[in-house]
Amino acid sequence: MPVLPWRPAWSGTPLLAAAAWLTSPLTVDDYLGLVDPLLCARHPAGRVVAARPETDDGTTLLIKPGRGWAGHKAGQYVPIGVRIDGALHWRTYSLTCPPEPADGLLSITVQAAAGGRVSPRLAHDTPPGTVLRLGPAQGDFCLPDRPPPRMLMLTAGSGITPVMGMLRTLADRPPTGPHPDVVLLHSTRTIRERLFRDELQAMHRQLSWFRFVPHHTRPGGGPSRHLTPGHVAGLCPDWRERETWACGPEAMLQAVEAHWADARVTERLHVERFRLAPFPPRDSDTSGGRVRFLRTGVDADAGTTVALLEVGEQAGVAMPYGCRRGLCFGCLTPLAHGRVRDLRTGEIQDEPGRLIQTCVSAAAGPLALDI
Amino acid sequence: MRASGAESDPSPQPEWVEALGEELDRLRAEVIATRGEPDARYIRGIVTSQRALEIAGRIALAFSLFPPAWVGGTLMLSTAKILENMELGHNILHGQWDWMGDPAIHSTTWEWDFLTPADAWKRTHNHQHHTWTNVVGRDRDLGYAILRMSPEQPWHPAHLAQPLANALLAPVFEWGIALYDLEPDVVLSGGRSPRHLVDDAARLTAKALRQLAKDYLVFPLLAGPSAVPCLLGNLTANTVRNIWSHTIIMCGHFPGAVQTFTEDQVEEETRGQWYLRQIQGSANIDGGPLFHILTGNLSHQIEHHLFPDLPSNRYAQLAPRVRAICQRYGLPYVTGPLLRQYASTWGRVLRHALPNR
Repeated sequence: MPVLPWRPAWSGTPLLAAAAWLTSPLTVDDYLGLVDPLLCARHPAGRVVAARPETDDGTTLLIKPGRGWAGHKAGQYVPIGVRIDGALHWRTYSLTCPPEPADGLLSITVQAAAGGRVSPRLAHDTPPGTVLRLGPAQGDFCLPDRPPPRMLMLTAGSGITPVMGMLRTLADRPPTGPHPDVVLLHSTRTIRERLFRDELQAMHRQLSWFRFVPHHTRPGGGPSRHLTPGHVAGLCPDWRERETWACGPEAMLQAVEAHWADARVTERLHVERFRLAPFPPRDSDTSGGRVRFLRTGVDADAGTTVALLEVGEQAGVAMPYGCRRGLCFGCLTPLAHGRVRDLRTGEIQDEPGRLIQTCVSAAAGPLALDI
Repeated sequence: MRASGAESDPSPQPEWVEALGEELDRLRAEVIATRGEPDARYIRGIVTSQRALEIAGRIALAFSLFPPAWVGGTLMLSTAKILENMELGHNILHGQWDWMGDPAIHSTTWEWDFLTPADAWKRTHNHQHHTWTNVVGRDRDLGYAILRMSPEQPWHPAHLAQPLANALLAPVFEWGIALYDLEPDVVLSGGRSPRHLVDDAARLTAKALRQLAKDYLVFPLLAGPSAVPCLLGNLTANTVRNIWSHTIIMCGHFPGAVQTFTEDQVEEETRGQWYLRQIQGSANIDGGPLFHILTGNLSHQIEHHLFPDLPSNRYAQLAPRVRAICQRYGLPYVTGPLLRQYASTWGRVLRHALPNR
């Protein structure tokens, strides 16, 4: 995921491109953005117009996108940049609105993660008027242009969010003509924690092509019973014939993948993983780890005190470099996931997409660099 | 710790040098831990002021047949260009504001209103000059490959003309930097392939065309009857910016007591010794807050060289503390008013035009 999304300087209308001769090396957008950040297409932004609580710690934000918003497909996610203490922090959220929402507003639903830095701010402390940066919509877990006749959605927890975008898109289709038949198996701990509770029930009642099967793992606070692939056959007997979209916790997705593989219908299965930054325990600060260089396709072991620049060079990766002392920023490389430690200050960086100085950063656990 | 001046003891004792390094590391960590919204507001404020000044200056120059509009427009545009190059361009390209994670103010995406492309500058300035500050034979900024600024540099009869060369360089400084960033001397000595030179020259040409077209063709044409005064206003603004940046940059490393180093001295250099060299090889300029902003805070050259990636608005707070540390370790802390530092720099240009006595 590119965390520094920006558009080529000369994008936009021919008039703006001509005016860029006056503003070079900046663009007209850089000036328009001073009037209103939403006018700047070079660094797309949106303004929160409403924050609607969904559950105790889930909030839906309605966002008016600015000029730079290039649209999305139902089911895709979007990097959202939030300013906290002067610094933009980027997180990705699934869009829960159709690609062409009637009110023109984008919507995301944020679950505040306990101890998190960004999601509690978004869920509980983002008043209307807040400007958020928007990255380009991405991901291939999305509704095909011509949906298959029968679909199965398997979701758990906040895994409902990309599927909600698809369901709302399907619901917006004209009622005439053939409509795909959709079954949603959705699991949450309790009914209280279920996002979009009323809307899903209403859709179930009103739409002939939609069947909603809720599942609760701890309905009365009793022992947990998770939704397993074994349940699926009982709840949706024709699951083998359905094009399936699954989104939820890693354990559930692995079980689903194995089950679909056993039935030799893997080609019908689409899976979305929320790649949240793995947050290993604190004591891993003192251990190194394996480094994966994603584009090069090389792995290497890294010690706690060896700069990642050296690790990469030893492994034969063409690393960008400069002063080798943390001065010149010539070695900036995006961190894909994992944790690194600044060898000068001990500061930990664990934000996916953050550009790190490899000459003064060492591994603090397993990590991947986007190079 | 010791009290004698650094010059009297060319091989400093490692213990106190490392202690010095640790103290400076702590200063650095303190600033990093407290970077936040006020700093972000500062740089966004400078961005907004700079763009507003530029727009106002350009509009005034569009009506510059009217002399007060010419004076006001040229003044505003000159100030805008100075801010753009020094407090914004130079510092953003150093990565001072990368911590904000904002693609709009980031060393990897920023391009400046200056002939030399940002990438070429980052290579020659951020990497080479800041790593090898004042090391004879390694720091090309030590005289910019044309001036002889230290007795260790071999003398050549051509250096007799260096006072004239330096005077002529000031008004066309951005051209000087652009050609300097092509590193023709390095290519000639085999340190960089001619292929790189060709690529760099192509990039420079593309950038220079847009820069020149903007100031000397498009804006004058749009000014209609004010075309000629508009062009002259733009030329004046670029020249004022060139002379100003040349002045400030010369004062950063060349005033009287600033030292130069040999490659032997910096071999196996520790972090503490590197810090020490930055202190001994840089000089500050005294002045008020507005003056500091207009120099891009390069008036705090010592602090900038110690901490090139800390936000420039913090240098003023760091300066008295760095100075106190220098005093405690008996280190020189070269500073003085602009005129004195500038005169001292010229003294050095004149002195080294002649062979060593």
